[in-house]
Amino acid sequence: MDTQTLIYIFVGLSFALYIGIAIWSRAGSTKEFYVAGGGVNPVVNGMATAADWMSAASFISMAGLIAFLGYDASVYLMGWTGGYVLLALLLAPYLRKFGQFTVPDFIGTRYYSKAARVVAVICLIFISFTYIAGQMRGVGIVFSRFLDVPIFWGVIIGMGIVFIYAVLGGMKGITYTQVAQYCVLIFAYMVPAFFLSFMITGNPIPQIGLGSQVNDGSGLYVLQKLNLVLSDLGFGQYTDGSKSMIDVFCITLALMVGTAGLPHVIVRFFTVPKASDARKSAGWALVFIALLYTTAPAVGAFARINFIDTVNETSYVEAPGWFKNWERNDLIAFQDKNGDGVMQYRSGNAFEGAPEFAEGTGASGERVVTNTPVADSENEVYVDRDIMVLANPEIGNLPGWVIALVAAGGLAAALSTAAGLLLVISSSVSHDLLKSTFKPDISEKGELMAARVAATAAIVVAGYLGIYPPGWVAQVVAFAFGLAAASLFPAIFMGIFSKRMNKEGAIAGMVSGLAFTFGYIFYFKLANPAANVAENWLFGVSPEGIGVVGMVLNFAVAIAVSKVTASPPVEIKKLVDSIRVPRGAGDAHAH
Amino acid sequence: MTEDTDTHETSEAEGAYWRDNIRLLVTLMAIWFACSFGAGILFREWLDQFMLGGYPLGFWFAQQGSIYIFIALIVFYVVRMKTLERKYDLDD
Repeated sequence: MDTQTLIYIFVGLSFALYIGIAIWSRAGSTKEFYVAGGGVNPVVNGMATAADWMSAASFISMAGLIAFLGYDASVYLMGWTGGYVLLALLLAPYLRKFGQFTVPDFIGTRYYSKAARVVAVICLIFISFTYIAGQMRGVGIVFSRFLDVPIFWGVIIGMGIVFIYAVLGGMKGITYTQVAQYCVLIFAYMVPAFFLSFMITGNPIPQIGLGSQVNDGSGLYVLQKLNLVLSDLGFGQYTDGSKSMIDVFCITLALMVGTAGLPHVIVRFFTVPKASDARKSAGWALVFIALLYTTAPAVGAFARINFIDTVNETSYVEAPGWFKNWERNDLIAFQDKNGDGVMQYRSGNAFEGAPEFAEGTGASGERVVTNTPVADSENEVYVDRDIMVLANPEIGNLPGWVIALVAAGGLAAALSTAAGLLLVISSSVSHDLLKSTFKPDISEKGELMAARVAATAAIVVAGYLGIYPPGWVAQVVAFAFGLAAASLFPAIFMGIFSKRMNKEGAIAGMVSGLAFTFGYIFYFKLANPAANVAENWLFGVSPEGIGVVGMVLNFAVAIAVSKVTASPPVEIKKLVDSIRVPRGAGDAHAH
Repeated sequence: MTEDTDTHETSEAEGAYWRDNIRLLVTLMAIWFACSFGAGILFREWLDQFMLGGYPLGFWFAQQGSIYIFIALIVFYVVRMKTLERKYDLDD
């Protein structure tokens, strides 16, 4: 059976599985729609959180980033896992004890203010849509390459699947679908990683393989060989970064705190039965995430070695099939600057900008690139970082079913995260804006209907962003984490750990953190990208790490404002006391 | 953290439980900081002179070690908090 048929079968089977689960677990009440009824086992919830969390970016892009950035990519590895320590220790158990449906619910109640709730909803919707827009590029790439359909239809199919299980099943449907999606995606990630590790080092465990010797008889360790090969080609050392230490520090911290402040992650901890289960669940989530995150550095390093081995100094005529497949999808390009028909892969860009192809083929049969060549670099190969994981099985010459599996895994990763984000958007619209702010007398049935309508609307917007991706999408992924770190995290944290924090302080803090971070990222990423160099940055912190400064500002403003305004009412202090202890709400209130 | 000087009181067990919790949190957060920001970033270059198998040690902390330590921290916290909750009779 050819690979394309296998891909259709694997993807079709996985889609059928998700829809089957959605029909089996459809939601009948708002509690089931918002928090899956609140009775999800902590291990199951950990698995669902992992799928929710690991997006197309984790599955598809991260190993590619590591392959090309080396040490600098550590910010993602530490940043996107360290946040779970903050979640387990500082937020999850208390939010679960508080026991409501959404993140703005907590902020609105704790700060006894509809204004605080609305500010939180605005932060949440902004963060979630930024994040969804960032996912869509991944969805587009996977669909167009693997299903062999135009991006338009790919996105429509994906949205149709998400529509069925998110709108029908709400949180309950999403939870069990995500468990299935986790299994698909982790299996799809690990299988090629085992193969590659075994091929390159003789040890099938990628985490150990990365620290082992290459079995080409040279006696070099993988990282040594990579450093050596890269220096020969004019690149920097793989195990040394090029970013400044303060920037690495701030980006890592912004990603950690941002992770702990992302609403679609936090809300998953509302679904377990008890406060102590929320802690356990965060631990399980990290175990399931770590399985992929400790494998990714190995995949990245092996992919880079394989890529250089197969491409560099190979004549285009003899280039492997995957090279031409991805060239067809515009993600690889070869510009034969010296006209020898052989691909030279060196440091620097082959030509300016993303490839633009002309009709027809060049002397060796390659697609003709019309971009201006970069004269001072001998590099002739353009490669999009995102193809590393998707092309890996092909680069490593693995069997067709592995390629099909990776296709299904990439789709699972993208769909599970999109669904989680859609759900937090729809529940904050129906629950926080409608039920708690503007139309308190709405019936449960009406609220459930509103939640489904809001989810549908959010899917349409997300689909539009997928089909017509605005040019700024790739520029603004930093927004989601920076804004979550600068707005929601401090407000929740102080709501639990400081009884003195009042609504004036919290609102002033959120607004100033959000405004500062938004303004900084907007200025350097969108308004004046030419100025986006280290000399112009505040304290040398790039827009990716600036959420940390926004967070500090949020804390400082909130504490200063709360000092000069009235202490919160006694009921709120009792509420804080009650969320601090795990025993049932009834007991905690009866002092 | 700022604590209130209000008339509102918590029970003795709750107060003691919360103080123990904060002490545990501070300890674990210090380890969290030391292994990721400390070993993985601030002292990475110095640690890279030592090898762990084929890994330079600082690089290992940044791309492998920190993640394993994060898991261990949460596991320890889950177990320790359960004991604390039983001790003060506040478990759920």
